[in-house]
Amino acid sequence: MSAHDISKQVKIYRIVGAVLIVGTIITVAASNVHLGILLGILVAVAIATVKGSLVAAYFMHLFNERKLIYGVLALTGVFIIVMIGLLLFTYSDQQGHHHGPFIVPQGHVQPHHEAAKSEGEHVP
Amino acid sequence: MSAIEIPYTVEERPDTGLYNAKLGVWLFLASEVMLFGALFSTYVLLRVGADRWEHGADILNVPLATINTMVLIASSVTMVMSWASLQVKNFARFKLFMGLTFLCGLCFLVIKYFEYSAKFEHGLWPSTSTFMAIYFTMTGLHGLHVIGGMIVNGYLWGPGAKMWKTEPHRFTNRVEVAGLYWHFVDLVWIFLFPTLYLLPGK
Amino acid sequence: MIHDTNHKAAHHAEAHHEEMSFWRKYIFSTDHKVIGIQYGLTALCFLFFGFCLVMMMRWQLAYPGQPMPWIGKWLGESRMPGGVMAPEFYNQLGAMHGTIMVFLGIVPLAVGAFGNYIVPLQIGAQDMAFPKLNMSSYWVYFVGGVVMLASFFVPEGAAQSGWTSYAPLSVIATPAKSLFRGQTMWLIGMVFLITSSLLGSVNFITTIIQLRAKGLTFMRLPFFVWAQLVTAFLLLLAFPPLEAAGVMQLMDRVAGTSFFLPSGLVVSGRAWPASGGGNALLWQHLFWFLAHPEVYVLILPGMGIVGEVIANNTRKPLWGYTSLVWAVMILGFLSFIVWAHHMFLTGMGTAISTFFQTTTMIISIPSIVILTALILSLWGGSIRFTVPMLFALAFLPMFGIGGLTGLPLGLATSDIYLHDTYYVIGHFHYVVAPGTIFAMFAGIYYWYPKVTGRKLNDTLGRIHFWGSLLFINGIFMPMFIQGMAGVSRRLYDGGTSYLHAQHVLGLNKMMSVSAWCLALFQIPFILNFFWHMWAGRKAEENPWDATTLEWATPTPPPHGNFATVPTVYRNPYEYSLPGSETHKDFYPQWEPDHVAKARA
Repeated sequence: MSAHDISKQVKIYRIVGAVLIVGTIITVAASNVHLGILLGILVAVAIATVKGSLVAAYFMHLFNERKLIYGVLALTGVFIIVMIGLLLFTYSDQQGHHHGPFIVPQGHVQPHHEAAKSEGEHVP
Repeated sequence: MSAIEIPYTVEERPDTGLYNAKLGVWLFLASEVMLFGALFSTYVLLRVGADRWEHGADILNVPLATINTMVLIASSVTMVMSWASLQVKNFARFKLFMGLTFLCGLCFLVIKYFEYSAKFEHGLWPSTSTFMAIYFTMTGLHGLHVIGGMIVNGYLWGPGAKMWKTEPHRFTNRVEVAGLYWHFVDLVWIFLFPTLYLLPGK
Repeated sequence: MIHDTNHKAAHHAEAHHEEMSFWRKYIFSTDHKVIGIQYGLTALCFLFFGFCLVMMMRWQLAYPGQPMPWIGKWLGESRMPGGVMAPEFYNQLGAMHGTIMVFLGIVPLAVGAFGNYIVPLQIGAQDMAFPKLNMSSYWVYFVGGVVMLASFFVPEGAAQSGWTSYAPLSVIATPAKSLFRGQTMWLIGMVFLITSSLLGSVNFITTIIQLRAKGLTFMRLPFFVWAQLVTAFLLLLAFPPLEAAGVMQLMDRVAGTSFFLPSGLVVSGRAWPASGGGNALLWQHLFWFLAHPEVYVLILPGMGIVGEVIANNTRKPLWGYTSLVWAVMILGFLSFIVWAHHMFLTGMGTAISTFFQTTTMIISIPSIVILTALILSLWGGSIRFTVPMLFALAFLPMFGIGGLTGLPLGLATSDIYLHDTYYVIGHFHYVVAPGTIFAMFAGIYYWYPKVTGRKLNDTLGRIHFWGSLLFINGIFMPMFIQGMAGVSRRLYDGGTSYLHAQHVLGLNKMMSVSAWCLALFQIPFILNFFWHMWAGRKAEENPWDATTLEWATPTPPPHGNFATVPTVYRNPYEYSLPGSETHKDFYPQWEPDHVAKARA
């Protein structure tokens, strides 16, 4: 890489840095506006994704990286989506009510030392 | 001390276009994505399953964390500038920027120390609630990664910099690779900060 | 010609090596071969120790409540009151047997030992891509192992909540904020072991991609290297979620958090003092997200070894090399999306259960492709029944049984009946014990001459093989019967208190005696292994007339492996192909065409 290329790169780094700072200010400001839960989450995640992509593309040079690296990251991305997605799907597609297993409502258990054993907890 | 020469530590292998450490660090970063991804999954699942979930801004110190975010972003800029300086063979500027990167990291940790101690003083511990548990665990693990990065950066600024005289290209590669790790640490924070501090509660 | 240059290289490298101290050369070496041997010896010790743990358990199962001869007295009153195994100690043995065999035994042997030693040789490299990282991986593993072993000696003993460490039991068992509790040390040990694997996998993938010799394209790689490559990806991407979960369980135990403790948890009649709000199933998800790919980590290197040994001892190329490569890649990918078949009984809904059941059925296809290709490789072969080949041949039906018995477990409906019974234990032991461990033995007998420069005794090897085959089936086949009769796993009394299990209890004695006889038949192996390191007949460079690159080095290979960096000219298993009707029936990968043609 020639000196000229490097100085172009440096300019880009400075611009990206500035954009990231501005993005931070925007995301803090947005969180002060009452957008409701869903929109609030979407906006925060969207801004973070944009900022993260800038860091990855320019600071980490992903913009012009080799296919092999893209491949590794794509595979990782798939598995992350699988992990979070299937976890959530499992949580939502449950038998019984939506507060997870093993909930024992307060006050329903006698203070008897056999109580825990007889609860029939799934102890694997 | 060995008689063997591992190829492609400096020059790129023609068919992959990569030198070894670059592939190695991206693979490592992929595993780190899975690590923090699992913690984010935990956040999602715990939040979805909870009746109440705190609004981060009510309990946590948003101004301090915002400053910390700016500090990390600045450190990313200085990190990549330190690598660019080596590309144009300017060792003095490398030292300057790498030193600044280290200082930014230190600043981040100091601010974090104040954040944590304020929490403890107010009786907010990891055991207080699942929100505090995930907050301390995610930021704590991230903080450990910052410390790790600082150790590497400190080494490259100090004793490791001797390699510039004997194998400049290899040293530049090392700085690039350390930079990739450091940017990743910044990237994680870019997602951590809004998730923990800014998201609305329920 | 290559012999002379190899000799010169050996002396040259040895001369350089003389300058290193004993510590740098043998203890803190960065040479992949030394590290491979370190992994191998350490792993074999752990495998033996883990086997001892279960042999003790088998006494309790065969003779419940009876004092154990000799050993009962040595282990102290807290573990064996009056020489009789305490239930807590039984649980410790169970949890640690699983943990030690999987994480301290098989993976370090299959990946750390065989992978480290053989992969750089088979790709024509001088070492791994990151030699110092390699050394660190071993020592981090070693520390993890020490922590795990030390956990037996802390108050209340080692971890007792199964190798799966399910919450909330694992969080509330032996509660104390101290780090010196077995379960807490288990978690700390796991963090070390996971870190070791992660560092290792980065090394393997980079090495295989970047350091292949000239002419060694991906489709010319020995199947063993493909297996190691996919295994490394599994370790790289599947382990981190368990590391995260382990940290969270540590926080639950030591910092009082409630990641895995649900609200309203009551223990022994009192509300558990934690904030609650956690999700016990979250642990299971994160654990099995790793642990399912982990079982493929356990089997793939073994399949790789079996492939090498079969090709070599049938004097034929492997049947369906391309399908083997595709199958192993698809297997690796699919292994990430089947994990909740371990969780069919946790209250998951029908939609998600159907999803996991379907992916689990689909993943059996690449498994079958691999097994079929290996079996078909025998057809028309000129089979040499060497000791490695005996183990490799036995692997095939044993893995077949293990795989087939997995099917009723992967189907949600039948799993309702079989989950957590001895059927499961029989299933997974068939794939790992007469499966992977036999493959490991095949690898040891196959590569021992290259690593040590000496030959093992053939007769002792055959005694080892036949005795092991007989008694290993004696242990695990009855487990299917017990499981189908409804005997649950992890039962301290082996099912004695179950009315419905009475008719299968007699099998316990048979299984225990088989286990102890299996141990006896390892003695010929141990004697053979150590005695012949010094007293065995010297081995030539290529005693098995094999084609892959590791046989091109001097025996044993010096630091730097190859005199001149080899070039690869052909596919990995060019045995008995048309035109090679000379005294040699194989074309090694490293012989240039004009030399091979000149011999023809």
